Amino acid sequence: MSSEVILDIRELRAYYRILKGDVKALDGVTFQVRRGEILGIAGESGCGKSTLAHTLMLRKPPLTHISGEAIFLGKDIMQMPNSEFRKMRFRDISIIPQYALDALSPTKRIGTFIRDIVNEHDITADEEFMDKVKERFAMVNLDSSVLHRFPIELSGGMKQRAIMIISTLMNPALVLADEITSALDVSSQRFAASMLMELRDKGIIGSAIFITHDLSILYQIADRIMIMYAGHLVEIGPVDEIIHNPRHPYTQALIASLPKVGVQIKHERLEGIKGTPPELLDIGPGCRFRFRCPYRTNKCEKTPEIEDINPLHSIACWHFEELGGESVG
Amino acid sequence: MLGEKTKPTLEVQNLTKIFSSGVFIRDKVTAVNDVSFNMYPGTVLSLIGESGSGKTTIGRMILKLLKPTSGHIYYLGKDTSLIKTKAELREYYRHVQGIFQDPFSSFNPLFRVDRVFDMIFDVFLPEVKNREERINEVLHSVNLNPERIMHQFPHQLSGGQLQRLLIARALLLDVKILVADELISMLDASTRMGVLNLLVDLCKEKGMSVLFITHDLALGYYISDYTMIMHRGRLVEKGATEKVYKNPVHPYTQMLFNSVPDIGHRWDKNEKFVPEKVNDDIQRFYQDNRGQGFQYLEPDHGVLLSVE
Repeated sequence: MSSEVILDIRELRAYYRILKGDVKALDGVTFQVRRGEILGIAGESGCGKSTLAHTLMLRKPPLTHISGEAIFLGKDIMQMPNSEFRKMRFRDISIIPQYALDALSPTKRIGTFIRDIVNEHDITADEEFMDKVKERFAMVNLDSSVLHRFPIELSGGMKQRAIMIISTLMNPALVLADEITSALDVSSQRFAASMLMELRDKGIIGSAIFITHDLSILYQIADRIMIMYAGHLVEIGPVDEIIHNPRHPYTQALIASLPKVGVQIKHERLEGIKGTPPELLDIGPGCRFRFRCPYRTNKCEKTPEIEDINPLHSIACWHFEELGGESVG
Repeated sequence: MLGEKTKPTLEVQNLTKIFSSGVFIRDKVTAVNDVSFNMYPGTVLSLIGESGSGKTTIGRMILKLLKPTSGHIYYLGKDTSLIKTKAELREYYRHVQGIFQDPFSSFNPLFRVDRVFDMIFDVFLPEVKNREERINEVLHSVNLNPERIMHQFPHQLSGGQLQRLLIARALLLDVKILVADELISMLDASTRMGVLNLLVDLCKEKGMSVLFITHDLALGYYISDYTMIMHRGRLVEKGATEKVYKNPVHPYTQMLFNSVPDIGHRWDKNEKFVPEKVNDDIQRFYQDNRGQGFQYLEPDHGVLLSVE
């Protein structure tokens, strides 16, 4: 991981504009992605992690960009006209969807699907190109006969592999992987997650943002982890610091609730977090975790600023200094 | 095996389910293949397997939603296939209940919570007089506030609340056997622990037998006393949870444990991990142990060493 920043997100806000008002799903998020890193983004459902991916890649109403910048390779993609961004999509920045979400066309053979997709992006799928596809398929243990098959003939794990290869065919500088391991069996999960690392290590992709609800997968592959809660960034830092020495009360509670092989209820009781995330419709200022937080004070009615604990580890909590850094994990 | 001190509440013997499809050309799939196990009161038994391994099919046969192709399920010594009349079935469901993955589809979206409970009383417990008292009691035991939820529609409650409501519903019925099929898969990390802890507490307190069907090995380890690993319709390994987890013998079990994303233990980056490889390993394992079938290597730890 170099220190060169390839994606610089500043105060990004994106709301779902519906009749009742604004659902503030992504509300002032600032972070950077460095060249060559895998940044993991984790949080519960409704925390804004997928909204972030959609804001960057394909904003469709009611999702609306409100303010903030997303500077990718020197240009603000939030201000970019659609026609210009289209040229970058797939080539420079690519999204890896979840296989379960109809990412492949059920009526097209995988090979036809690939040809159609690259044609869309003005690339000719000649023999040379298809040889490259086969080579990449072989790299992940997919036989070239897969190209002649329909998605229904493949297992979930194989479909996810094919999708990952297709999304990264143009060696994008940045990929967004949105819950790509969530619908898979454990063994396929390991394969897909390791595959992302391999693509990065081989230089096929530059950096990756790996969005998941599963922190234990991020522990395996991420360089840094960013934790989101109800549309806010609460903590970001190197993987081992976040897992073994979380500082935000939410991160601490979240990690303490994770089951680990070796922990049994008869010996150690893991506790969840009481309460539920707040309703995001027209939500006011303040720390959004305060309703469930044991350390809540009057100060928390104001939205906390992001502060650096060290150059790599930042946190948004008014009370992090008092909470100390004792090891939880 | 599996806690020999007490009598089993449920005995599953040589259970097999073959699904066939097609009219002219019959296509057969053996979803469950010669599965035997017992369930004991006050214990949580995990059934772990990947998608398509047949774990849900077993749960559905216990709940009499599917008919076994062969084999038997005995509830308190009585063959469940002999349960035929409506009255007998009602009696069975008073003691054997299931909770499924998607809490939102388990409820009728048009019925308020109080109507769900009313229906249980009308159908199963018409003789009970102090309905409200009983409802309050079970709701409190699952940490739900009766005043707050009784008049709500399902969509006004969270997934965790709905799952706890289903557990409360089961408690009302004096359930002896609870089939929990991927109970917490749809819940967030911060809420699922509350539901799990509750399930285990009630299981111990009330002497329920819980069949916890899951694909999550860390969760399985956390809550279960006994563990069964299922692969392509067969139980390949079963026994006391610590024994199976600490000393997995079957290549499939080993592969599963090898791929768990466990916090505190990173995958070996140098190992070329390919999920498909396990099929060759299993073939070789069965060949090496030819003729041995299912064997107990130690008390409370059995492995399928070969298939004939």
